[in-house]
Amino acid sequence: MRLGSRPGLLGRSFTALVFLFLYLPIFILIIFSFNEGNSSSVWQGFSLHWYSELFQDRLIMSGVYTTLLVSLLATVIATAAGTFAAIGFYNMRRRWREPLMAVNNIPMVNADIVTGVSLCLFFVAAFGAWNGFVSWMETTYRLTAPRLALGFGTLLIAHICFNIPYVILSIMPKLRQMDKNLIDAAQDLGCTWMQAFRKVVVPEIKPGIINGMLIAFTMSIDDFVISYFTAGAKTSTLAMVIYGMTKKRVSPKINAISTLLFVVVLLLLVIVNVRQARQDKAAAKNGHAG
Amino acid sequence: MKNRLAWFSAPYVLWMALFTVIPVIMVVVYAFTAVDLTTGAVHPTLDNFAQMGTYAVVFVRSFELALIATFICLLIGYPVSYLMAKEGPGFQRIAMVLIMLPMWVNFLLRTYAWMTILSNNGPLNQLFQALGIIDLGNLVNGGLNGLCAWLNGGAVELLNSLLGTDFALSTARPTDMTYFKMLYTQGAVVLGMVYNYLPFMILPIYSVIIKMDNSLLEAARDLGAGSSRVFRKVILPLSLPGVLSGVTMVFVPSVSTFAISKMLGGGTKLLLGDLIELQFLGGAYNPYLGSAISLVMMVIVVICMYVMNRFGEGEEQAVML
Repeated sequence: MRLGSRPGLLGRSFTALVFLFLYLPIFILIIFSFNEGNSSSVWQGFSLHWYSELFQDRLIMSGVYTTLLVSLLATVIATAAGTFAAIGFYNMRRRWREPLMAVNNIPMVNADIVTGVSLCLFFVAAFGAWNGFVSWMETTYRLTAPRLALGFGTLLIAHICFNIPYVILSIMPKLRQMDKNLIDAAQDLGCTWMQAFRKVVVPEIKPGIINGMLIAFTMSIDDFVISYFTAGAKTSTLAMVIYGMTKKRVSPKINAISTLLFVVVLLLLVIVNVRQARQDKAAAKNGHAG
Repeated sequence: MKNRLAWFSAPYVLWMALFTVIPVIMVVVYAFTAVDLTTGAVHPTLDNFAQMGTYAVVFVRSFELALIATFICLLIGYPVSYLMAKEGPGFQRIAMVLIMLPMWVNFLLRTYAWMTILSNNGPLNQLFQALGIIDLGNLVNGGLNGLCAWLNGGAVELLNSLLGTDFALSTARPTDMTYFKMLYTQGAVVLGMVYNYLPFMILPIYSVIIKMDNSLLEAARDLGAGSSRVFRKVILPLSLPGVLSGVTMVFVPSVSTFAISKMLGGGTKLLLGDLIELQFLGGAYNPYLGSAISLVMMVIVVICMYVMNRFGEGEEQAVML
């Protein structure tokens, strides 16, 4: 829906300026990824050598790998878990649903640093207790079990933790829009509750699921603070690699990797949007015909 | 339970108990305990909160910077959301994507790009140099120095002799600047906050404005209200929930940031986030004090939420996406 008359030239130039502000740093990043010298502020001629050196940098490449892996895994798991949880919450009595939704909102409304710190405390305490138990087992019963430490596992758990609430919140409105009688009708017509879920509920809320998945992935890719507190000393996401570098000197290889990531994201978004626009057009046409 | 589908949430309820509720409880417990360094015994105490008094400066600075950043975000974000809502649907879809897109480049990278832009020999200073703005600054400073020297010789001397004071205006403004110092200042930190959290102001306000019932606006116009009156009496009050949620979503991360202040502020002037980080991963290892400060942060969030729920319409409005 549109609100009143279209904005004038002044309004449009203001919007354009704000968008310029949002994109200026990204343009600068991209420009200096093609810089010949290793300065990130003085232009010394065009070159692609940072791109070739990038792939030889073990630290950066493993950071990229960890970031992508944890974001993809967390997104898939959080989307699946969030979908089930949202359907569960929706079918609950209000008395139960409201407090549970309040708890669900905690990681979303809390400052990132508080979420990170609380998980850090929890993991350290839980693993401390477990490792103590393992040592005790070893000395008394000669039984052993692996000792646990902060690492990829805890990083993944943390990402799932802050992703699920976003998935649930984007699915909930779709569930409310759904006709309540559909589930009952499906079950009356002989569906088991699993079939009712698969054949009736999921198709109805699909846009919400996809939206939630996108938000979850965005949050995972963008996160630094929570990862920083839960990844331990040996695992590093790309953001943590960069953070480590800013204390000394940031290599232009970082510009190169961000340019590559940005271009990939841009292409993906263009493809998704073009496809959606086409679908919308087709749907509009069919609507006219019918 | 209303029906069996409710059980779908059981695993997640367990997950929340383990990874959301217990960690939060642990922060609260840690905040009210401390470890005795000689015996190693843990005991309940309120010392952590008393100790926070020594960091009052950090609290004040964090709140100040975060409030300024939130205010600037509102000043920029509200008009943008309003203008976007007036555009056609095609433009709106592209604009939404354009606002989300920078978030896919990790926020640390974007902040790092600002380090480049603001640095002493960076693009912005080069632009200022080329436009002669730095020379202009030198000229203005020189003029001000001259003016102050003249006043010191005349009016100020007279005042001093009358009041018996020893007062003088500064004449030491630099006139040989080759760049403006922008990086590692408090202004840079505010810029970083505004830049990173502006989308969180735009999205909730936009989503509230876009859902507004157009017939209300038409009714207001039909009843003779001018466009500024329609805005003041109809659009502004109705968009208040979005504004409140935007303010919260900018203020909370701003007040708790630590990477931005370290990268753009140079890490010399601590913010609350830096203080917490220091207690957990930095040199001043003291998770009990860190938990106490975190608890204060949680209380701030709860207050924000309470205020929002009094004005807003509940869960849906609170979230932008």
